[in-house]
Amino acid sequence: MTDRPETDPAAGAPPRPPGRLYRAWDSDLAYAFRHSPVALVSAFVTLVLVLGAVLAPWIAPYDPFNPATLNLMNGFTPPGQTNAITGDTFLLGSDDQGRDVLSTILFGLRISLFVGVAAVLFALSLGVSLGLIAAYVGGWTETIIMRIADVQLTFPAILVAMLIFGVAKGITPVEYRDQVAIWTLILAIGLSDWVQFARVVRGATLVEKNKEYVQAARLIGRSPVAIMVRHILPNVLSPVLVIATISLALAIIAEATLSFLGVGAPPTEPSLGTLIRIGQGFLFSGEWWILFFPACTLLALALSVNLLGDWLRDALNPRLR
Amino acid sequence: MLSFILRRVLQSVLVLLVTGLVAFAMFRYVGDPVDTMLGQERTVADIERLRENLGLNDPFFVQYWDFLGRAVQGDFGISYRQGRPVGEIIAERLPATLELAAVSGVFALGFGIVLGIFTAIRRRGTAANVIMTLSLIGVSLPTFLIGILLIYVFSVELGWLPSYGRGEVTWVSGWPTGFLTSSGLSALILPAITLGLYQMTLIMRLVRSEMLEVLRTDYIRFARARGLRDRTVHFRHALKNTLVPVITVTGLQLGSIIAFAIITETVFQWPGVGLLFINAIQFVDIPVMAAYLMLISVMFVGINLVVDLLYVAIDPRLRAEGKAA
Amino acid sequence: MALLGIEGLTVEFPTRRGTFVAVKDADLTVEPGQIHGLVGESGAGKSTIGAAIMGLIDPPGRIAGGTIRFRGDAISGLDAKGMRALRGRKISMIFQDPLTSLNPLYTVRQQLVETIRLHLDLSETEASARAVELIERVGIADPETRADQYPHQFSGGMRQRVVIALALCSDPDVIVADEPTTALDVSIQAQILDLIKELARERQVGVILITHDMGVIADTTDVVTVMYRGEVVESGPTREVLGNPQHPYSQSLIAAVPRPDVKLGRFPLIGYGGRVTEFRIADLARDWPMPETPRGTPLVEVDGLTKQFQTRRAIRASRRRYLTAVDAARFEIRQGEVFGLVGESGSGKSTLARMIAGLFPSDEGDVRYAGRSINTGRRGVPDWYRRDIQMIFQDPFSSLNPRMRVDAIVAEPARHHGLFTGSALRQRVAELLDRVGLGADAGLKYPHEFSGGQRQRISIARALATQPKFLICDEPTSALDVSIQAQILNILKDLQDHLNLTMLFISHDLPVVRQMCDRVGVMKDGKLVEIAATEDLFAAPGHDYTRHLMSLMPRLDGLSDTALQRA
Repeated sequence: MTDRPETDPAAGAPPRPPGRLYRAWDSDLAYAFRHSPVALVSAFVTLVLVLGAVLAPWIAPYDPFNPATLNLMNGFTPPGQTNAITGDTFLLGSDDQGRDVLSTILFGLRISLFVGVAAVLFALSLGVSLGLIAAYVGGWTETIIMRIADVQLTFPAILVAMLIFGVAKGITPVEYRDQVAIWTLILAIGLSDWVQFARVVRGATLVEKNKEYVQAARLIGRSPVAIMVRHILPNVLSPVLVIATISLALAIIAEATLSFLGVGAPPTEPSLGTLIRIGQGFLFSGEWWILFFPACTLLALALSVNLLGDWLRDALNPRLR
Repeated sequence: MLSFILRRVLQSVLVLLVTGLVAFAMFRYVGDPVDTMLGQERTVADIERLRENLGLNDPFFVQYWDFLGRAVQGDFGISYRQGRPVGEIIAERLPATLELAAVSGVFALGFGIVLGIFTAIRRRGTAANVIMTLSLIGVSLPTFLIGILLIYVFSVELGWLPSYGRGEVTWVSGWPTGFLTSSGLSALILPAITLGLYQMTLIMRLVRSEMLEVLRTDYIRFARARGLRDRTVHFRHALKNTLVPVITVTGLQLGSIIAFAIITETVFQWPGVGLLFINAIQFVDIPVMAAYLMLISVMFVGINLVVDLLYVAIDPRLRAEGKAA
Repeated sequence: MALLGIEGLTVEFPTRRGTFVAVKDADLTVEPGQIHGLVGESGAGKSTIGAAIMGLIDPPGRIAGGTIRFRGDAISGLDAKGMRALRGRKISMIFQDPLTSLNPLYTVRQQLVETIRLHLDLSETEASARAVELIERVGIADPETRADQYPHQFSGGMRQRVVIALALCSDPDVIVADEPTTALDVSIQAQILDLIKELARERQVGVILITHDMGVIADTTDVVTVMYRGEVVESGPTREVLGNPQHPYSQSLIAAVPRPDVKLGRFPLIGYGGRVTEFRIADLARDWPMPETPRGTPLVEVDGLTKQFQTRRAIRASRRRYLTAVDAARFEIRQGEVFGLVGESGSGKSTLARMIAGLFPSDEGDVRYAGRSINTGRRGVPDWYRRDIQMIFQDPFSSLNPRMRVDAIVAEPARHHGLFTGSALRQRVAELLDRVGLGADAGLKYPHEFSGGQRQRISIARALATQPKFLICDEPTSALDVSIQAQILNILKDLQDHLNLTMLFISHDLPVVRQMCDRVGVMKDGKLVEIAATEDLFAAPGHDYTRHLMSLMPRLDGLSDTALQRA
């Protein structure tokens, strides 16, 4: 039995409960957030990177993909220096083709984030629906969904993503491959990741569906769909949030990995992984900045999202503190 | 207990049949093999003859059955790209991958479990917190970046270790091993660390969180209330209970070492099956992809089966009831 | 010199919103062979005292003041090593839940031998022999075989015996038992308490028995200390404190205990600490549709309801195993009465109630409501039935959706059935919340902002929103403190009086059943063994099992009669 005091019914109840905004500000989660330096810093870094990605077309100093503005004479300008021939300055240096590294990073970040977020949203909607249905309906439906999940879980996500990408590439006619590559990536990473969501949501739903508030809703005759969406779904979302954050970091890394291996984003739309792939060739000949800055950006993004996810998991699970 | 194991074996066979189906479907329908094999100059008669020869006109399940039959004998067809039997290519390259995976698996498991226990027991200590923070960086650092970093430091700057390849190999009863030469061993170090580091951080974090979970249970509190020493409580009571869930996930992690070997092999140009697979994807070499899929699914299913048996050995509840708890 | 003495103990838990004082300035002594009861409602701080004695207070909680002395030596300031020398050796502890107190991966013998060898200088074989002795001593048959079994092979009561055996390993002088029988059925509870009593006498062990149950206190303890919100309000010999409580809180607590011996009209509510909240159920009667059928005619007829659960799946039918949860239940509930279903856990009473409510399909049998069968189609029970019935659930912490606002929760049934809409619905909800004593503004909050008793009031408001005629109460107060239980039961009684509701009342607690019900059915292993009018049943139980249950009721003979006088 837990020895926690019951709040006194008579004493100190305010005449009107405070508004939603105040509630959100005053909640334990917001409090923990305000008092966690790690969470604040990683949220700030994430925010800066997201803003950079979103605003890339407006804030990037150069347009790295416009052949008209590219000058091969600008190639290999070190960071912060002005090219002696053309007079262009590159804050983070330029690559072999004279593209501004800062600008390619901003545009690359855009693609990395877009693929990551879209893949997680796809995995989330698929996983949450299937997990909810499996647990609530039960029987054969559950067996089939969870068996598929088990089989897929046997194979590491990155491998599943590669296979799906490979097959999708095989199906698409050669001339369209580059155009649909980004969408294929999203599909591949998303499909490789739904299992996490489905398992967690199923587990939480199995707990929730036996709770008496669900029985109360069934008693008055609410339909299964209404019970799943209105009653159970809001109560299984907090673990989903944690997994979504961690999945985002994983998806960004997965995308970078695939692109690095040359089976992801095409050279025409380079993501951070593609940039690192390009830069790898120049690392050993002294042009370190072509690899270094994209790598740092990728690490900063993955690390700050991971830190947020880690913090969120601890904050939503008070027993761990 | 027997029925539990039997059911698991049956499930494994089912998984293999399903992945076989996926591999076969890939093999059969992604990119027309006839197209690929005959090239530009062909007649309708040529096509028809080849279709008949390859059995492509048979019903789907007959073809699937033939495919499985051939796969069991190691016959996965001819690589589109290299024009050699896929089975042969894989047999050549598999030892390299297995050696790499084994070394990094031992590395990941050993360090992961020890560090996990350490950080769980000394939860509020400075060392544990430093390790936990480092582990988050480890999880956020893509494998290929770790590889590049290691190459840069130890090969390019310090020049201590080779940056690519497998070194010199010696043949021991038909198996090319790198364990017996100094160049083989030094070539193994960087790839093994690269491959094992990420798995190690994952295993460590998992062991830690499971152990913390167990340390909060009533029977641990009761064990303390009986006056048992911390050592006994941690290593006798908590650790064994921690192992039950850890074993499952660790099994999966070991499986993913084989998958992540693809990345490591690419970075280090390690001549294993992973590098083969990534080239196959780039060039849409379907027979190689299908064979690789079949190969690793056999490995994964094998690992999972071992994990299940370990489970039974540890948990008396499973032994008695003969079903998953 | 007392065996164990606590002086001025204060335990604090720092939290974000200030320091929470769990125990404040508490005094307590235990003598050898004495059972000292520590009683109070949730939040009283009684478990915290137990943890403090064992040195098991979880950080950031800390002992902020006072001393705990064992045979005169202060132990509250000891370091981890000194504490371990005492813990288990001189002072042992028994936890509440026997299902989770034992390590599932070791046999009982392994766990016993390990503990024995830690405290006594014995060889493996000697320790093993002593382990078997202990198992036998705590009343487990065939100790030699049972010793080599794993915890999951023991039933709940047997596991608690193993836990006691573990606590006895080192011949301790003091045992702290924290709610040792709360997770057990009454018949098992009585056996475990007898065992504790015997051990205290026989070995001259001092026992601190922490419980919320007045019946356990009256039956088992020599001395009792009553706690309220972290403070000791009264302490003394059990008979004196229960028979003639001095402090107003003890008086209110004892008055709220349901009496097994006589039926009272209402529970006397002696307000203490502003706990009693007004409710005005009578006001609801104005526009309440009164039933068409006269009082006493059968409203619900249960005809041979049967439910089986498969306990072992198998492909071959002959290898499948079934558990008959409810076996051909047949009874009627009359218009305007409260029909009680009583039985121990696993007797099938909740399953039966859920079948009547239409939440479970039955395997066989039928339920007729006002003469019409409710098994009308494949989409569950018909809407006309759903509008007429409502249910109040056991666990106030899980019966309200934590993500819904209270007004939405209360409005949901009425909105679903389309009984009220728009402003009429809002007004209705506010009125209901006001009538159950929460105030209309309660609707703007979320369930977690309310205490257990208040949540149960929200449940009642929700149940009343559709103006039901038939109310099923499934252990509505078993998760509540006694003083809150008294309030909720009074509300239910008012509902029945003023609104002429028919009720099915399910409980494992015979005194509560006596206070609430007109007629009672006794269930055992899925079968209804006896159905009788409540007063007849208590005066002259007809079935052996009923008599057995009656014999296990706590004797509160010495209880204060303030309750009777004020009623």
